[in-house]
Amino acid sequence: MLILRCIEIMIHISEQLLCEASTVYKYIQEDGSNRGTYGKLVCTNFKIAFLDDDSTSDDNEPQLKNKIIGENDITLQCVDQIYGVYDEKKKLLTGQLRKYPEKLIIYCKDLRVFNFCLRYTKEEEVKRIVSGIIHHSQTPKLLKRLFLFSYASAAPNNTDGRNQTVMFDTLEDWRDELERTKGNVQYKAVSTNEGYKVSEKLPLYFVVPICVSEESILKYEGRGIPIWCWSCHNGAALLKMSAFPKEQDDSTSQMQKAFLDGIYRTIRKPPYELLKTDDLSSSLPSLQEIQTAYTRFKQLFLIDNSTDFWATDVKWFSLLESTNWLEIIRRVLKKAIEVVECLERQHTNVLLIEESATDLCCVISSLVQVMMDSYSRTKLGFQSLIQKEWVIGGHGFLDRCNHLHKSDKEEAPVFLLLLNCVWQLVQQYPPAFEFTETYLTVLSDSLYVPIFSTFFFNSQHQKDTTTTGESLKTQSSPFRFLTVWDWSVQFDLKAQAFLNNPLYAEKPKPEKSQRKTARFKHQRQLSLPLTQTKSSPKRGFFREETDHLIKNILGKRIGKFINSSDEPPNSFREFYDSWHSKPVDYHGLLLPRIDGPEIKVWAQRYLRWIPEAQLHGGGTIATAAKILDLMKEVQNLQVKMDEEHSQAVSGDIHAVPMLRSSARLSSLFPFALLQRQSVKPALPTSTWKDLEDEDDLVKRDDEFVDLSSDVL
Amino acid sequence: MDMRNLRFALKQEGHSRRDIFEVLTKHAFPQSHNLNTYIYVSAKLWVLYNVLQGLPNERWRVTFINEHYGLCDTYPSLLVVPYNATDDDLKKVAAFRSRNRIPVLSWIHPENQAVIMRCSQPLVGMSGKRNKDDERYLDIIREANGQISKLTIYDARPNVNAVANKATGGGYESEDAYPNAELFFLDIHNIHVMRESLKKLKDIVYPNVEESHWLSSLESTHWLEHIKLVLTGAIQVADKVSSGRSSVLVHCSDGWDRTAQLTSLAMLMLDSYYRTIEGFEVLVQKEWISFGHKFASRIGHGDKNHADADRSPIFLQFIDCVWQMSKQVFYKVRPFQLLLLIILQVNQISNPGMLLSNDQPNPVEQRYMELLALRDDYMRRLEELQITNNSKIPNSSASSTSPSQMMSQVQTHF
Repeated sequence: MLILRCIEIMIHISEQLLCEASTVYKYIQEDGSNRGTYGKLVCTNFKIAFLDDDSTSDDNEPQLKNKIIGENDITLQCVDQIYGVYDEKKKLLTGQLRKYPEKLIIYCKDLRVFNFCLRYTKEEEVKRIVSGIIHHSQTPKLLKRLFLFSYASAAPNNTDGRNQTVMFDTLEDWRDELERTKGNVQYKAVSTNEGYKVSEKLPLYFVVPICVSEESILKYEGRGIPIWCWSCHNGAALLKMSAFPKEQDDSTSQMQKAFLDGIYRTIRKPPYELLKTDDLSSSLPSLQEIQTAYTRFKQLFLIDNSTDFWATDVKWFSLLESTNWLEIIRRVLKKAIEVVECLERQHTNVLLIEESATDLCCVISSLVQVMMDSYSRTKLGFQSLIQKEWVIGGHGFLDRCNHLHKSDKEEAPVFLLLLNCVWQLVQQYPPAFEFTETYLTVLSDSLYVPIFSTFFFNSQHQKDTTTTGESLKTQSSPFRFLTVWDWSVQFDLKAQAFLNNPLYAEKPKPEKSQRKTARFKHQRQLSLPLTQTKSSPKRGFFREETDHLIKNILGKRIGKFINSSDEPPNSFREFYDSWHSKPVDYHGLLLPRIDGPEIKVWAQRYLRWIPEAQLHGGGTIATAAKILDLMKEVQNLQVKMDEEHSQAVSGDIHAVPMLRSSARLSSLFPFALLQRQSVKPALPTSTWKDLEDEDDLVKRDDEFVDLSSDVL
Repeated sequence: MDMRNLRFALKQEGHSRRDIFEVLTKHAFPQSHNLNTYIYVSAKLWVLYNVLQGLPNERWRVTFINEHYGLCDTYPSLLVVPYNATDDDLKKVAAFRSRNRIPVLSWIHPENQAVIMRCSQPLVGMSGKRNKDDERYLDIIREANGQISKLTIYDARPNVNAVANKATGGGYESEDAYPNAELFFLDIHNIHVMRESLKKLKDIVYPNVEESHWLSSLESTHWLEHIKLVLTGAIQVADKVSSGRSSVLVHCSDGWDRTAQLTSLAMLMLDSYYRTIEGFEVLVQKEWISFGHKFASRIGHGDKNHADADRSPIFLQFIDCVWQMSKQVFYKVRPFQLLLLIILQVNQISNPGMLLSNDQPNPVEQRYMELLALRDDYMRRLEELQITNNSKIPNSSASSTSPSQMMSQVQTHF
């Protein structure tokens, strides 16, 4: 029976059972006592899973059911840390063990916490399962040993292409994007990197200014070359560039300087002769700081029991602040607004500079596009954006997520930082986004699902070489990787509905004939200045601007000084304030509010497994549910109207059932499960120590009246 | 007072400035200048509501003992008391309660008949005085519910403050004297602590919010912590009455600040009527105005003495609690939130003309309103269609009922 169920839980024939243990007690700590169930703990090459002995408890099924990962499944990549409990003391488990713990606590990257008691399990099995879990989830791995490959080599052949998300792995995709943003006037898609002869870090195809030659791209492996991200409606473009590493050798740096000089002399782009550079490695927190902040931040949500929850609750705000995570989000959003201001108001090209141009460059460029380009706020648009800036753009997902446990130093939640920033926008302007916060949450969870290739490579080159090499050796058909954008792999249609925002105010589409003429007009307008541009006398780049740029790239320390001194502080504030004083156009520019009170904690992602933090029948979800109900009702009425209109047969009209489940949804819907039943608020009584300076106030009575004189 | 500070730049034209200042101060602080203020005369709506609730009944009666404010000048003229307590009993109890504020009924649970009573502290004093009538009266209250378990008394103050009050003749119900009652302290601080807390809160939001350290400065004001304590106290009261099926007695020192907060919030939690606009107005009228919350001195209407120790944002704190609740749980009803804002502003500027500011409409609610309008439009058109269709085909009856069903369902929802 159990063996049968084991097979049942395997998602795929390529999943292999590695070790198992029976009579494991999975429990939840609650007011000192434990509640839980017995079952079997198994570890496969894909996941760690707990199989309930009592398989009938299906009534508590989550609303948003993942087809691949069940409620009690943890993919090996999702395991964050494993603790063992020895005589009520917690100890971090890594590598070889001499003594085996009585209890196992698994902290997951999606912030779930699992408690397993092994006291009733056979010693043999304890040894096997504990060392198995630690070995498979915590020790360094080879890329090829990822489940991704075993899965893909025998992948079901049912992937119907790549849906409509633009993948940016062909020259065509880049050309289309150039055309969409009207960037094709000054920029061109190049195939110089075919066969990765320029650099393994760059994608096969990318876009550069029209006047940049192939030789210069090849010269320093693509370093020092401005790479196009996106063009704004007024023609100003957002560019990124990977900087030269600091050179000790004077002559080398002289040569690099000359090279950059040349590059800037060639990219003269009237009428935009101004270019603003922004060295992100000096103007934003370092990856190290981001990682430290997030590690502290997530600790607040990895809660063992309800006592811990109420203990942190008392000092919640200062704890939150001390992590610095929200402050980092604020700084990143602020930087993005600064870039938007340059593009939008000053009509200036902006060049983002970073060592590799694949971390904070991705965050800022993606955010700028989400704010300025309403297409990026649709589901397809956002997915294409992630594909363009991150997946093809060469963000090192494998290293940054530390999927292989190669080096902790490389780990940094850069992509999560972007999702957190986008969430701030989503919650501030719900009608502007086609997707919901649930979409962002499941997207962040998908980072740890080794079935999709999307987040499991450092670059396009790595993906291409590993896959072609492997398939040549084995003579088998090439790997068929799945992309995360095919949501049907993880969710059925009902669950996918949670990813779509019912509040999204769709862009009113002009009539077909109108659109055509409008487009034609637009092109005509554009072509006029184009002819001028080409024939206009070449105007030099501002000397000081170039100097600034070079210093910035060559010596970051000098760059820092310049950056801090010439920043006009008021233009930003003015731009920000004036935008916020006007009514919001959900299809136009969108600027987030960044004052302290406006930056919030992404409750759905971070609090979803903590029952104490739920509101039943409350929160924003209650409003959304009500709107959904109403929309359904309107739809039904519409259907009925149509039926009435075409009244062919009478009496055949059936009432469409209404969605009435919304009565008491949890505020953490669709994730929340009722786990702990008794939720007692703790009175924060002993928190008055810091009020000592107001001691006399505390002791005073409301109004000082001597009542003893009243009596009698 | 509503967190706005207005500044006027006056032209340097000599004499006029002084005159304006004088006129302004005269009218802004009329009390200090012996001018009359407009006083709102309270309606007796809440008595009506008690009748709606099924009172009086065989256990509870309405007494006219305070008709000319003879028993207690800070209580309403009509009071609901246990049927088994005579007016004479009430007078004797009054002697043992601070400012004669005897335990009277605020709310009765429609099903389990448990009640929320409110009063002021007992006059125990240093010597630990006892009063047989008061002890018996509390027992009558307990029995009115047919209750065998102990009567629950919530003292809103922190334990230390309640003890300290003995020095001035006050105190709390001791276990010895009231064996049939159990007492809990809710640790809500006094009006002075609240005043200082709000002052600090104002400092961090005015004139503008500091860029960084928002969270820790917010925490250091303790304002939200106080809000939490008040809400936690109210939850305990409501929980005791509904799940614990026990009658409760709530008091603080005088029973017009913290007590009013607790009883009205608990009632808001227990009774959906109070969550309607009409019901909320009744609630404020009853628990605050008629039971003698000192609006004038707490807010300092017309008084220029800003340092007055009687001032405290107790009502504001209550409204904040209600806002927290409406944000968290209740049907998101914008009119309701607006009402809160209006009440606050009316409270503070006695000029209702200059009420609402440039608040942008919430997009979510806007969408909601659009949908509502769309639905109504569809329903109307559908009805018209059906009428015309029905005249053509006499048999089509199946669909005609569904719109009205929807209507009723929607009305109960909102």
